[in-house]
This record gives sequence, structure tokens and C-alpha cells, in this order.
Amino acid sequence: MPQLSRRNFLKLTGSGAAVGTLSLSPLSHAQQSTSQTAPGSTTLPYPRDVVAKLGELTVNDPLYFNYPDDRSPCVAIRKGREVKGGVGPDRDVVAYSTQCTHMGCPVNYDKEAETFKCPCHYSIFDPDNAGQMVIGQATENLPRIILEYDEAEDAILAVSVDGLIYGRQANII
Amino acid sequence: MSQFKDRIPLPPADAQKTNMACHFCIVGCGYHVYKWPANKEGGRAPDQNALKLDLTRQLPAMQITMTPAMVNRIQDHDGSEHNIMIVPDKECSVNKGLSSTRGGQMASVMYSEKTPIGERRLKYPLRYTGDDWVETNWEQAMALYAGLTQRILDNDGPDQIFCNLFDHGGAGGGFENTWATGKLLFDGIQTKMVRIHNRPAYNSECHATRDMGIGELNNSYEDAEIADVIFSIGGNSYETQSNWFLAHWEPNLNGSNVSKKREWFPDETVGRGRVILVDPRRTPTVAISETIAGKQNVLHLALNPGTDTALFNGLLTYVADQGWHDQEFIAEHTSGFDEMLAANRMELDECSRITGLPREDIIKAAEWAYKPKESGHAPRTMHAYEKGVIWGNDNYRIQSSIVNLVVATRNVGRRGTGVVRMGGHQEGYTRPPYPGGRPAPYIDQELIKGNGMMLTVWACNAFQTTINAETYRQVIKRRAHIVNQALAEARGATTEELVDIVYDAVKNKGGLFIVDIDLYRTKFAEYSHLVLPATHPGEMNLTSMNGERRLRLSERFMDPPGIAKPDCLIAADMANAIKARFEAAGNQEMAQRFAGFDWTTEEDAFNDGFRMAHEKEIDSQGGPTGHLATYERLSAAGNNGVQLPIKEYRDGQLIGTEMLYTDNNFDTDDGKAHFQPSPWNGLPEVVQQQKENYDFWINNGRTNQIWQSAYHDQHLAFRKGRYPMAPIEIHPQDAEALGIANGDIVEVHNDYGATTAMAYLEPDLKRGQAFMMFGYPNGVQGDIVSEWTDRNHIPYYKGSWANIRRIGANPAYLRDVSFKRRRYS
Repeated sequence: MPQLSRRNFLKLTGSGAAVGTLSLSPLSHAQQSTSQTAPGSTTLPYPRDVVAKLGELTVNDPLYFNYPDDRSPCVAIRKGREVKGGVGPDRDVVAYSTQCTHMGCPVNYDKEAETFKCPCHYSIFDPDNAGQMVIGQATENLPRIILEYDEAEDAILAVSVDGLIYGRQANII
Repeated sequence: MSQFKDRIPLPPADAQKTNMACHFCIVGCGYHVYKWPANKEGGRAPDQNALKLDLTRQLPAMQITMTPAMVNRIQDHDGSEHNIMIVPDKECSVNKGLSSTRGGQMASVMYSEKTPIGERRLKYPLRYTGDDWVETNWEQAMALYAGLTQRILDNDGPDQIFCNLFDHGGAGGGFENTWATGKLLFDGIQTKMVRIHNRPAYNSECHATRDMGIGELNNSYEDAEIADVIFSIGGNSYETQSNWFLAHWEPNLNGSNVSKKREWFPDETVGRGRVILVDPRRTPTVAISETIAGKQNVLHLALNPGTDTALFNGLLTYVADQGWHDQEFIAEHTSGFDEMLAANRMELDECSRITGLPREDIIKAAEWAYKPKESGHAPRTMHAYEKGVIWGNDNYRIQSSIVNLVVATRNVGRRGTGVVRMGGHQEGYTRPPYPGGRPAPYIDQELIKGNGMMLTVWACNAFQTTINAETYRQVIKRRAHIVNQALAEARGATTEELVDIVYDAVKNKGGLFIVDIDLYRTKFAEYSHLVLPATHPGEMNLTSMNGERRLRLSERFMDPPGIAKPDCLIAADMANAIKARFEAAGNQEMAQRFAGFDWTTEEDAFNDGFRMAHEKEIDSQGGPTGHLATYERLSAAGNNGVQLPIKEYRDGQLIGTEMLYTDNNFDTDDGKAHFQPSPWNGLPEVVQQQKENYDFWINNGRTNQIWQSAYHDQHLAFRKGRYPMAPIEIHPQDAEALGIANGDIVEVHNDYGATTAMAYLEPDLKRGQAFMMFGYPNGVQGDIVSEWTDRNHIPYYKGSWANIRRIGANPAYLRDVSFKRRRYS
């Protein structure tokens, strides 16, 4: 079974490596590695992973991480203004899977247009609007990584995913 | 769609697998439908699921498209529940495993009791009592339909029986259904008062090219892969023929097909393909083409609205003056060149002045597309046009000018060329000859004038998709209401008495009895008196052909909702009911007109029409060899089907035709292509007046997420959430001058009507030009389009000018809709 833990936040850019020193205690879901829902639950057992310290996020600069496991690349962006689903004191931090829902190509963040663009079939997604497809060939918006903000640690945590990640039967393999 | 957003059921290895050509656009991508009992699921190991995918680990990119929109849970009439998954077919030469945003949602639009789509599907015939809808059965519905039809035929003749009628393939069409409806209307009722789903008369969108001897679908999608130049005129193929663009244009434009060209044309200079796009608007296709090919290989001719005829006459003149036309071909295989050139001659300066295009761009287009290559060979230029031409300023004239240039440069009948419409729906036409003349009657205007007693609206919705739509709706509603008043006073009447009451209302009071046949209770159905539930592919077997004449069978895999029926069997029920009434009345002559509908399946309709064109006078896209196609053979041919016309059936294979006119034998009496004079003559007067009186040209067309009238899409959160109201692209400075911001509701108004739209600021729009989504339920662009048509009653949807005013903001639009730029670059 694949190992899932909060330490799946690899490939951090810039000063992101510092988040490895955070001492948040892993939560029970993080230790489960089954794709089955637990008795009494209708949701998949997503881990709670630290993405970054808020201070490590620069406005409109993508920060890459993996979630819910190390084969699922994601990106977090601090928008500098309140956006739908944003977390943090300014409700401005959002995160998405970077695998296009159409055929899994890695979407690129266009800082000027403030959209994610897929170089394979030219779909465009809006991080300010829950990953809505602006134009393109996908049938789903970009999967949104549901975040929480831990004020005490000033940390952004990934806690679940809204939408099916490309190339999976279920988000938890 | 999947009940969960983050997981989907997998088809087990033994899941039922059937073929499906996409319901929607002309391209007709191939898909597979998997169906399996709901209590079973496939496993993640490759030998445990029908997709043979290893889902125990993350799949690499480009392996498949498999999303929650591609699965559903359906219920058959025996009470069983099944899961379905509809995924693109990697072996299909049309889409090569790609799915578009429209086709990719097919599973979501299949009937399920548990989805918004399912709740809204029509399940039973409905009858309007004058103030309320009641469910009824097929027997009463047919008795009413047949009774009124018989009464009108007996007393008033067939010209009082009108029909708005699909003529296409795919969902809401297909060879089975065009045949059945045509046989009912043209052989049985013998009415000529019929119009086609998207235009106000029974005509062709391609009369000109056909008159010149060239059918409008004359090449293969593969020709776009090997053309030197793709000349796109009034099209936006990334959004509207998406996988034609992605699977066939792109490998040419990105240079990856150069070796293929070298194999096909070893003596010729070959290289990366170039594209010329004629469109006043910088469309998403222009932007993506530049990304793929590099700006140096893309020429966007952003001409003045309605000046296409001038552009092509100017190009023709320049080409002829350079001597780049094929004089030997013209001499041997065409007629009328000199006369045409004299009539159409337009010098470069005048062409530039009228079109607004720089001289150097016109010359560049001519050099790319027609100047002999280094090897001395003429370039292989594929011309493809769509609604910018078809709904443009004088369809017949523009198309003549394009085809004149194409024929003069022999860009037809050679691989890598062709002059084709891009297409909207798939095709699927097989009908007895239309009994009217040409031009066919302008049906919408006849209704507005008060003519017609009975109107059948078959799988279309002119309330959203006609010109002069506001006036049209007002008249239809007023005349329908006259029947409503009569019905409301007739409670307790027998069906026979209802026929008497309705006949009195339509004969003596100006009423109009309306029957609507559809999947949903559309806006038009709301004003009907009888609504009949139909089916779409998957719930019935259906054949269609795509834009390269590729015939496929979409196989039935599930039961329809309630007691809904295929259109062809509804038509047969109508014919049989009418026949029985005439027989009962002792009128054998009339009864005989409705004979030959003793069908029990859609295959019976296919065999009676498409497969009989060699024996009977039938206008069929299958031609006289259509009989070689059987359901069994088509099922075996799968999603690659066969390209019409079929040449032969040999060794268990249907052998088709990749390209037409390779023998230079054209579809005219003398076998020659006929040039047609088509001199530039400006804008129609009514349109010119609008242009002078209003500030904005209201260009209009499609966006890729929305199909046709949004009959499905308006019920799907992914679609309706994107466009709660028809968007209108406006230049930011124009918007600022009017106090308009993104997401504002605006009113678009002129002397024909007013409609509303959602402002969407786009810097690529030219000042004074706006672009509104066409045919949407919430904001009907046709409301502001004049009733002007060309000589064949083809409308000029693109020809309206109007003013725009701000109504105000809708906070929900701002909250839930993205207004980010739709251009990739």
C-alpha cells in the first residue's frame, strides 16, 4: 500500500523546504491508506498535510506540492485578495491539482491572465472561481484542494479534494 | 454523472460494450459505451476492468479521459439498475481517443431518474387543456393529431399543415428519423409548408456550391493533416469542431506531419502547414492557432463584417492576374470562367477599401494559398467555411465567390484540398423529394401573416433559433392562445369533439394548433397543445454521417424514459393513425398516401429509406449504394464505419470513398464545375440602415461548452454555471464608456427587438463590435436580427447592429462566473 502522510509535500519551490520542520501532529486520516470509506463515513480518508507556512507564499506566485499522495502534483497560490474558497486571514489562498481533468497534462499558471492553461488541448481554468473551466475540452473544473488555515502555526493545510484527480478511479489510491 | 465527485465506478472486464458516435457536433467522435449491473464494479488491476487500465497507480497523462461526467446510473424498464461509462474510442480515426467538452458529457445526459436531466425529460405524451398540462397516452395523442390532420386535408389542403423540422444527423436527427418524417410530410401529407430547424424555409445552406457541381462535404478529415494551407472562413473550429481541429489540424500546424506529407507527395515542396483565418473577431481558434503554429504561420484576416464576397473576388482577380489559376483544368473540366471573372473582377485597392484589410495581407493570403510552390506545384489549400459564410451577408453570393476561387485554383479533388463546410450537427438526410419549389416558402413569415392551421415542431426550437424572433414568438403565442381559449371551454369533450373544437379555432378564429416533439418541454413546447416524448441515440439505434461522410451506427443500450419513442416510430404512428381514419371514411386514395409505415423498429425505417435509394426517388446522402449498409455490417464496422458513398462490400468490409471529385467529374449535367458570377453588392438595405442607426455590430456564434439551444446544457450545473445568461463580449473601452463591467446584465436593442446578455469584457474585440452567444434560452440573439434573407431564404444572422445599455449587476454572476480571458494567448 502506498504510504500517505503529511510528508508528501515534496517539490516545494523557493523557501518551501522549511515547512518540513513544522511539528503539526499527524491526524488519524493521514495514517489510513485505503481508498475505502471508513464505517460511519461517506467520504474518502484524505490526509491532513501541511502545504506551507503562509509567510512562504508570495502573492500570485505558484507554490507546488503533492496531495493527497506524492504522485498527485498540486499548486497553491496566494491571490492577494479574497477569492472563492480562499483560506488564511485574507481568505486569499487556494490550491488545485495541476493535472488537467481532460487528459492529465500539467497545467501552467499564467501570472498575467491569472489562469491555469493546459498546453495539450488548450483548456483554461480560473483559480479565482473554484477552478471553473473558462474554455476548453474538459468536462470538469480543475480539482480544488480543500485547505484549512492553522492560525497558531500560521500554516496552510490540505485536507481533502473537491473533484476527481485525473488518472484515478478514486482520489485515494 | 457520478454520485461522488472524487471517485467513479469502473466497468468490470465483462461489461457490455457498444458503439456510439457523439450526439452533438458534425465531427461525430467515436465513443464506447460500457454498461454493467450497478451491484458490480470492476477492479483497478488491468485485468479487472474493461478499460484494461492499471488504476492501482496514477495514470500518466494522455492515457484516457475518464471523469465523473462520463459515468451515470440508469434504470431500465425491467427495474434493473446499471452503471454506464461513455469514453472516447482510441481506435476511431475521427477523434483518435480525444473527447471534447460536449461529447465527454454524454453519459451525464442519458436518462436517469436521479439527475436533473432525468427529472426534466419528457416521459409521456402531454396534452394542454387550455389552462393546464395533463399526461395522456399515445392513443389519444395520435387520435387528436390524426383527426385534425385529416380534417384539414379534407377541407383546406396540405398547405395549411406546417412543420418546423430537423434535417440533420446525431441526436434529434439521423437517417431513420429524417426518412420517417419526410415520408410522412412529403409523401403522405404532401405539404411544402415546412422549414428546417435553424432557418425559416426548406432549403440548403449550400445551394451555391451544389449548383456549381460540388457537394459541400468532399474531403476527409485527413486532408486537413496534409494541406499546405488551411483556409478557414467564418469558422471557429477549436470551439465548434473541436477534435477535427485537435486531431487533424494541429499535427499539420505544429509541423509533426511533414514526414507524412513527404510520403504522400514525394515530388513536392512540403513543410509545416499554415492557416489563414477569415473572421472579423480574433476568435479563440486564432489565438490557439498562433500558439501551435507560431504567429508567422497564421494569417488572421479580420475583415469588415459582411465583406467576404469582396475579399474572395479580390483574391480571385489577383490570382488570375498573376496567372496562378489552373488554366488547363479550367479549360477541360469547367465552364463559365471568363464570364465569371469579368463579372467578379475587383482590383486590390478596392478590395482593401471594402474589406478594411491591408493590401499586403490580401497579397500574402494569395501567395500562401495559390502561388506555385518552389517545386512548381500548386499549393494544396483546403478551404473550410461555416456560419460566418452560411449565416453571412448573402449566403449564395459569398459561397459562389469562394468556390469560384477554389475551382479556378483546382483546390478540390486533390488530396490535401477540398472546399467544405465545417458543419454544425452531424448529417443524416434521406427524404422523398421536397414538394415545394425554390425558393421554398418563407414559413416564419407565412405564420406571422396568419397562415397555417397546424404546426408540428419536430426536435427544434425556433423561439431561440430564428431571425426576427421576437415578432415570431409574439405571433405564435397569440395564435396558440386562441386555441387555448377554445380548449378551456371544452372540458369533458371527447377526442372527436376536441378535433371539432380545435378545427373551429384554427379555421375560423385565427388560431394555430401546435404539436411539439422533443426530449424536453422546451420554450416552444410551453406554447404547444400536444407534446410528444422522443428519444436520442443510446435509447434507440441511429445512423448518421459526419463531416467527412463517415456513416456509423450508434447502438441502443438502454430503455427510453417512460413511454418515449424514436421519432421515426412516432412518425409511423401518425401515418398509421391518419391512414386508419381515411380508411374508415372510405377514402382509399388518401389512405394509400400513408401506407408503408408498418414498422416496429428503427431498423425498419432505415431499410425503408436509406437502403432504398437505388429503387425509389429518394434524396439520400447514402446515394444508390446505400443499400449495401445494413445494421449488422455497420455494427461490425464500429466507430470507423464507412465513408459515403459506399463503393462495395468485400471480404466482410464496407469500402467507402475518402475524397470526391478525384476524377474531375462534378455533379452537374455535363460533369463540369460551373463558375457563377457573384459580384460584390454591399450590405442589404435593411442591414445598412441598422448599421447607420446603431453603435454596435452584434456578431454572434457559439462557445464550446454549450451545444445548440442548450437543451441539455441548461440543466447541467457545469454548463449553466458557466453561462447563466448568454455572454456578450465587448471591448473594455466600449464597456467603460457605457458604464458596463464584467457580469453586468445588458440590454441589446434595435428596431427589431431587445434581448439581454451578460457582459464579458474582452480586449481582443474590435471597438464597436460585440459578440453574443447564439441560441441561448436566457438571452435570444435572434430577437434583434432582421427578417432579411438571401435569394433562397437563408438568413443573415450575423447581420445586425444594435445599441447596448446597462441594466445592472447580478451579484451571483459576479460570484459564480469566471470572466477571465477565453483566449489562450
